[in-house]
Amino acid sequence: MKKNNFLHKHQKTLAPLLSLVLIILITASVTPGFLSIRMVDGHLFGSLLDILHRATPTALVALGMAVVIGTRGIDLSVGAVIAISGAVTAVLTVNTDWPVGLVILCALGTGMLCGLWNGILVSGFNIQPIVATLILMVAGRGIAQMITEGQIVTFHSDVLDAIGNGYFLAFPIRVWIAIGMIVLTVLVMRKTALGLFIEAVGANVRASRLVGIEARLLVLSAYVFSGLCAAMSGIILAADIRGADANNAGLWLELDAILAVVLAGASLAGGRIYLLLTIVGVLIIQTLTTAILTSGLPVQYNLVVKATIILAVLLVQSPKTRQWISDFFTKKKRAANSRTGKGSIKP
Amino acid sequence: MINERNLPILATLLVFILLYGFGMYEYKGFRDTLVFSNLLTDNAFLIITAIGMTFVILSGGIDLSVGSMIAFIGVLMAYLITNTGIHPLFAIGIALIVGVAFGAIMGVIIAFFEIQAFIVTLAGMFLFRGLAYLINLDAVPIDHPFITGLYDIYVPLPGRGGLTFIAMAMLVLLALGILIARRTRFGMSVYALGGDSHSAALLGVPVKKTIIKIYALSGFYSAMSGVIFAIYTGSAYPLAAVGVELDAIAAVVIGGTLLTGGVGYVFGTFLGGMIQGIIQTLITFDGSLNSWWTKLAVGGLLLFFILLQKGIVYWVKKRSAT
Repeated sequence: MKKNNFLHKHQKTLAPLLSLVLIILITASVTPGFLSIRMVDGHLFGSLLDILHRATPTALVALGMAVVIGTRGIDLSVGAVIAISGAVTAVLTVNTDWPVGLVILCALGTGMLCGLWNGILVSGFNIQPIVATLILMVAGRGIAQMITEGQIVTFHSDVLDAIGNGYFLAFPIRVWIAIGMIVLTVLVMRKTALGLFIEAVGANVRASRLVGIEARLLVLSAYVFSGLCAAMSGIILAADIRGADANNAGLWLELDAILAVVLAGASLAGGRIYLLLTIVGVLIIQTLTTAILTSGLPVQYNLVVKATIILAVLLVQSPKTRQWISDFFTKKKRAANSRTGKGSIKP
Repeated sequence: MINERNLPILATLLVFILLYGFGMYEYKGFRDTLVFSNLLTDNAFLIITAIGMTFVILSGGIDLSVGSMIAFIGVLMAYLITNTGIHPLFAIGIALIVGVAFGAIMGVIIAFFEIQAFIVTLAGMFLFRGLAYLINLDAVPIDHPFITGLYDIYVPLPGRGGLTFIAMAMLVLLALGILIARRTRFGMSVYALGGDSHSAALLGVPVKKTIIKIYALSGFYSAMSGVIFAIYTGSAYPLAAVGVELDAIAAVVIGGTLLTGGVGYVFGTFLGGMIQGIIQTLITFDGSLNSWWTKLAVGGLLLFFILLQKGIVYWVKKRSAT
């Protein structure tokens, strides 16, 4: 009975973790050597490392997306912001002799400016997040093309090369960057009141304002943070291919990031986010992609398998399904009580 | 007295006239009917998709799967015609049924599992694109006398312009969309749902059934758009129409439909799609501007219309308060 309670209490946490483990195990049974990790020249190599390496840009974006979704928002513009910050990185590296640090700061600043724009539209003008960020999603790639003047700008810089493909303590540097960012975010969100405030704003803007939370500023900073994360991802992606491609950099990354947040059990209706589980969600998506590639299945199955599994996870995780299952077993509508009356309190 | 609800669509009409007028003033070639009829033909598939999207957005939802659906239907049609050798008309029929069925399935998931439309149609977007890859990885020509025959239908207009089959099909689908929105019980339910789904349910609108029908209708329109796109290009390609969902949403918003649902017109969407086409044409006529200006202009227009709608809503509230 006690064990059952534990499962019941943590089923939201366990579902994504179990999915990840299952996917890794199934892939390992199909693909020989999937789990093996080798040490070559002080660098770790293997499929699992490859997954981490490739998941980094999405993980960074998803981190920002999770915070934004926590405020009951959504940021569709991250792909465009990736393109813009990548373009800034490339153009500044090629056209100026500024130190790399300054170039990176400029790219990060550009991303935060983009976030600020989104944030002002959402919290200043009260425009629906999906619409407000759609503007930058549509126009952003145009801006990126303007910066690169429609060309694919290639560049060379030792520091940026290291960020893209270098190693530190046997791990890829970009993975370290992502880990640092994740730890920092989790600390700030969970050890300070900020996380609580953001979730409060997402759950109920009016109520949070009544208890004295500066809702507008919080929402604004959530979008700035998302812009910063997207810019980091943009720098890494540009450093990876040593070039900026305004048309294709970060294309559809926003969708993967949103999926990861939702797979982690967060509701798009805001109010509850799971930062670490979001990273698990990113790993699920990346493992699926890598698994399909390494299993020898033709590439064209990639999207179908991905979509089918995601749909299955969504259906199983949906509150309705859980309610039906629990209704079926208990015949009591316990779950129904927790769903009604939510958010209907009016002052 | 102008109803403030009609202000956005009037603004859309004004932007349309201003842009077109600017083109006629600036370029001699713009005054020919050829430009107008080309606008109808070249933007037909976008406008058809956007008509379906209008119903979804009017109900307060969103459909991200339309672009993939266009590609999937095109590839499916090409496969049916070239590999199984059935008549194109039959293939089009099957393709449309498949499109409606997939739309309805997404509607069922949205209505009965109460998962957000955004995520469900996002999964649908991946799924349809993937299914298109499964059928065919390359661009294939659709070389059938029936299809080329359709492409060749042409009703000359005064001037050098003329209506193609594609343009006429679009106009028919537009009329159909307007009729469904304004003259049927389903149309009323869509508006009611977008206005306030809770009140709509209390008033006896069959919410779940309506949601399923909405996504099925969007599936029908994007499948139809896939068919038109295949006729227009004479080929099918699994990477076709990438990003069309955004253009369609932009067309709906520029057309004056409120993204929160409940307010808007199908005809506005037609204008919204045409405005995007005019921007593109103007940039082509100019010759010195690059294609990225299209994206910036569409983004700027989106912002303008959203702020306009905000302003109107604010104004109406302030006025009704006093």
